[in-house]
Amino acid sequence: MKLKIATILIVPVLILSGGSMVHAAASDPVTGEPLPDNQTFTYRLLDEVPTLDPQLNEDSAGFDVLRDLFEGLLTQDSEGSLAPGVAERFTGTDLNRTWTFHLRENAKWSNGDPVTAGDFVYAWRRAVDPATASPYAWYVELSTIVNASKIIAGEKPPSELGVKALDDYTLEVRLEKPLPYFPEMTTYATFFPVHRPTIETHGPGWTRPGNLVSNGAYVLTEHVPNEYHSRQRNPMYWNNQATIIEKVTGKVINDENQALTRYLAGELDRTAVPAGQYPNLKDQYPGETTSAPLLCTYYFIINHTGSAHPALADVRVRKALSWSLDRDILVNSVLKGGQYPAYNFTHRATAGFETPVIAYGTLTQAERDHEARRLIAEAGYGDDAPLNLKLIYNTSESHKQIATVAAQMWKQKLGVEIELVNYEWKTYLDIRDNQQFDLARAGWCGDYNEASTFLDLLTSTSGANDGRYSNAQVDSLMRESKTLADPKPSYYKVETIIADDMAIIPIYHYTSVFMLKSDIKGWPYGNVQQNWYSKDLWRSAN
Amino acid sequence: MNLTTRIRIDAPDVSAGVTGRSLWQDARTRFFRNRASVASLLALLLVGLFAVAAPWLSIWSYQAIDWTVLGNVQAAGSPSFTTGHWFGTDELGRDLFVRTAMGARVSLMVGIIGALIAVVVGTLYGTVAGYFGGRIDSVMMRIVDILMSIPYMFVLILMLVVFGRSIILLFVAIGLVSWLDMARIVRGQTLNIRNLEFVENAVIMGVSPAAVILRHIIPNLLGIAIVYATLLVPNMIIYESFISFLGLGVQEPDTSLGALISGGASQMQYGTLWQLAFPLFFFIVTLSGFFFLGDGLRDALDPKDSGR
Amino acid sequence: MASFILRRVLVAVPTILILIVFSFLLMYAAPGSPFVGERPLPPEVLANIEARYGLDRPFFQQVFNYIRGIVTDFDFGPSFIYKDRTVNDIIAQGFPVTLTYGFLAFVVSVVAGTLLGVTAAVHQNSWLDYLAVGVSIGAQVLPNFVMAPILVLVFTLWLGWLPGGGWQGGQLPYLIMPVIALSTSFMASIARITRSSMLETLNSDFILTARAKGLPRRRVILGHALKPAMLPVISYLSPTFVGMITGSVVIDMYFSTGGIGQYFVNAAINRDYSLIMGITILAGALTVLFNLLADVAYALIDPRIRY
Repeated sequence: MKLKIATILIVPVLILSGGSMVHAAASDPVTGEPLPDNQTFTYRLLDEVPTLDPQLNEDSAGFDVLRDLFEGLLTQDSEGSLAPGVAERFTGTDLNRTWTFHLRENAKWSNGDPVTAGDFVYAWRRAVDPATASPYAWYVELSTIVNASKIIAGEKPPSELGVKALDDYTLEVRLEKPLPYFPEMTTYATFFPVHRPTIETHGPGWTRPGNLVSNGAYVLTEHVPNEYHSRQRNPMYWNNQATIIEKVTGKVINDENQALTRYLAGELDRTAVPAGQYPNLKDQYPGETTSAPLLCTYYFIINHTGSAHPALADVRVRKALSWSLDRDILVNSVLKGGQYPAYNFTHRATAGFETPVIAYGTLTQAERDHEARRLIAEAGYGDDAPLNLKLIYNTSESHKQIATVAAQMWKQKLGVEIELVNYEWKTYLDIRDNQQFDLARAGWCGDYNEASTFLDLLTSTSGANDGRYSNAQVDSLMRESKTLADPKPSYYKVETIIADDMAIIPIYHYTSVFMLKSDIKGWPYGNVQQNWYSKDLWRSAN
Repeated sequence: MNLTTRIRIDAPDVSAGVTGRSLWQDARTRFFRNRASVASLLALLLVGLFAVAAPWLSIWSYQAIDWTVLGNVQAAGSPSFTTGHWFGTDELGRDLFVRTAMGARVSLMVGIIGALIAVVVGTLYGTVAGYFGGRIDSVMMRIVDILMSIPYMFVLILMLVVFGRSIILLFVAIGLVSWLDMARIVRGQTLNIRNLEFVENAVIMGVSPAAVILRHIIPNLLGIAIVYATLLVPNMIIYESFISFLGLGVQEPDTSLGALISGGASQMQYGTLWQLAFPLFFFIVTLSGFFFLGDGLRDALDPKDSGR
Repeated sequence: MASFILRRVLVAVPTILILIVFSFLLMYAAPGSPFVGERPLPPEVLANIEARYGLDRPFFQQVFNYIRGIVTDFDFGPSFIYKDRTVNDIIAQGFPVTLTYGFLAFVVSVVAGTLLGVTAAVHQNSWLDYLAVGVSIGAQVLPNFVMAPILVLVFTLWLGWLPGGGWQGGQLPYLIMPVIALSTSFMASIARITRSSMLETLNSDFILTARAKGLPRRRVILGHALKPAMLPVISYLSPTFVGMITGSVVIDMYFSTGGIGQYFVNAAINRDYSLIMGITILAGALTVLFNLLADVAYALIDPRIRY
């Protein structure tokens, strides 16, 4: 990862050039060869997309679709860096508390209406309006736009939101706190514009094909829930001449093995690699099997509250558990998808973040095991006085495998008896949120590409801190980091503290493992959030 | 796979039933003359023996991971005498021979206990309704009608999702719906038996209803109950496998034949076919065993049918 | 007859009410909210969402409002997960799909099962009989979650004859595998029931008399034996049809057909209360209906039954 965000943090005024790469649609953007006529892209969806309303969306597969249908102020390029969207350029003033976006004048909705600053104001007010009841209203709160929290709580009307159209093509946003990564946040669906007349005419049915008016590179043409949907090139899109893929189809296939069979039968251009099959498929289809870093971390939560087994209050026990966990086996023999063994929380590919040296991560596993045995014995547990812990996970094949193997490692190395309990997702969240566990499986994905999206989770005020880990030093370091020009040293310090405390047990950093037909080009492998835009893809001649 | 199999039983002739022991002797003779039923009984005994004894035969425990196999199951985890994994290993390098035995144990237990619950509840309910008749009978049978109209597979999924998985809930949920047919059949039979002379005599002589039901009516229903139970067991096992397929079955590291098959089926195109083949073999043998056994028992207990 | 039907319809009303209250209670008691995710929602956001779906009301008011919506407007409410759609939309889209492949599978299993069963019975103890019994036992015990992936491997990947899934409005190539996967076990059950019932009929006195009178074997079987032998099959039709609806859980999962089975499982896992309710009520109403139809058919065929 290049540290593009850092550039923005230091230089608050950045002018983005319009139309970074103009494709001549008839020839290959890289080789210049003529392109085949078939410019379609078909991919597998795990589940039906819950909604195509940008302000209501909370689903990552839904975001994949929405990125094609709508375009926000800014977009991401193949490296995950900011690229111009509806906004051609923007400035941050008042110590990153006021942001002004200058919109292009040639952006149009798919019905020919111009895209104006007013469309953004309407959409953003809609996102926080209690009547919309958006589950992602918190995202606007996170951005600290003036009055967002009060509007959500019903204390002020949506019209009081700190966002204003200075004219049709200038949008001013005021924040309550300085937020250097605010422009990054506008690439998410919640901040996409929506077409007011469409919503007012059709009500909740406005996202149906035929009704939906969008401003992205594609328009929705067909949608049969739980079967498929397709989106077709939008001729009104301002950069339409650069779009190559004519039609994108998402097919819902629940079972990953079924999806792979259909991929191999030629029905799909992209599908996930089923758990554990990466090496085999890589052997058989080397040009199509890919593993790319993905901004998520897999870890076990340790319950730090009184409801946990008292032994977990002892840092030696927590360390013994973490140290004796052979991450190399979990990653290389169980998951086998090129994941990275983790000894720290922040994903290693996070922009502007270099993984700090975590002492126990540098030892060999034999050394770690030896030390772990010593620590657990010192804490008074062992074969004669076995420790019984409960590990919970949500129903899924790979979580089950990780939990099962981890339990066997602990049993054999430390004599710790693990009771495995799995729950359906919603029940699981409820139980985890109420600290009814000793250890719990968790995965955390970055909301934006910056280390604080991970480390804020371990502060005592974080709602997602289900282990209720609390360390005053971590809290103050994270609070201060928001105003620092260079927060990196604070992040490193936090990582060191949580490793010393063994606040959580990091296990691995995710990769996105998938099959992609070798003639599909332009995939953004370097975008660690795996935010892909169909307009950047093409099918090459080979 | 079939989730709604209703079991049809031709009730043994009641008048023959009350003649006493000779019926059972006849039945036994008829049963042992039927080669298919004897063979299936033997097969079931062998499966039972396997389920109980296999864990002692192997050097592996059902939850221990063979670390030399983990990560390389396709090559190192195949069935082999040298590694001691006679049936190969599952995806995590756990011994499939022992796990299949454990799975068979759980599946048989679910099947037999579920069927027992259904038979006991159904028999009691049906005899009470049939014995007392009149308004009690019609109210009780309306309740059965109502329960029969509940899409219980959906309700079962709902309960397991909502309350988390547990074998007990599985028994309760499956047992709760399976007794309905039994209750209907038993009620019909009870109505007939109730009108027989010796039962009426007992009632006139002031024998308590409970005693009449237990001493005179239920013994005459035993034939049906046995046949019904035998045919219910495989259906219970099929339910359980469906629940396991949905990921709502028993907790790891425990397992069931359904869970093993579901796991094996998901891996079938990746060159580890033994993970499907062994559990499926035991599944099929067990189920067809019970089906043939049930058919054989029905024929044996039904003296009308001399065709075989 | 009319009063019998009326009585059964009257039973349906409390049945469905009980179903509604029971499902509601189950979900009310359930841990976990439909709106909780990996990141817990701030309370004010959660409050807005709950207000929108009426979940902030007391339990009885929720049940009452729900039933009133159904009775007055036939409105099953908005879906919680599929935010752009109402439960009515989803059922209107998914149910015809399930009904189409379910009905076809039903026809296939009844026709093929009866043929198989009669053939086996007529040729009792011949190789044809053993083959039919073997096939039906095999088909009955092979789980359809094993059969479905095998079908796709063979017909889509190896032979390339059929699309691996999808619906496309119910075109024939998309129907074949779902119907096969759904019908085999029911076909097997029907074959087994038909065989044993046919054997019994063939050994009964009136058939023996007919045979003794010298009537041709074929006429005896088709003219005399078939009708009484079908009685047990008819009482099995209702559970078969209901099984087609339930079986859509597996079919939709493997063949991406978009029927209601997949919606139900998703709804249960995601606590989409109104969608769960809608599908449960639909399935309950269908069960009542088919039990009723089966009883009527039984009464029409069997003259001994009086109502």
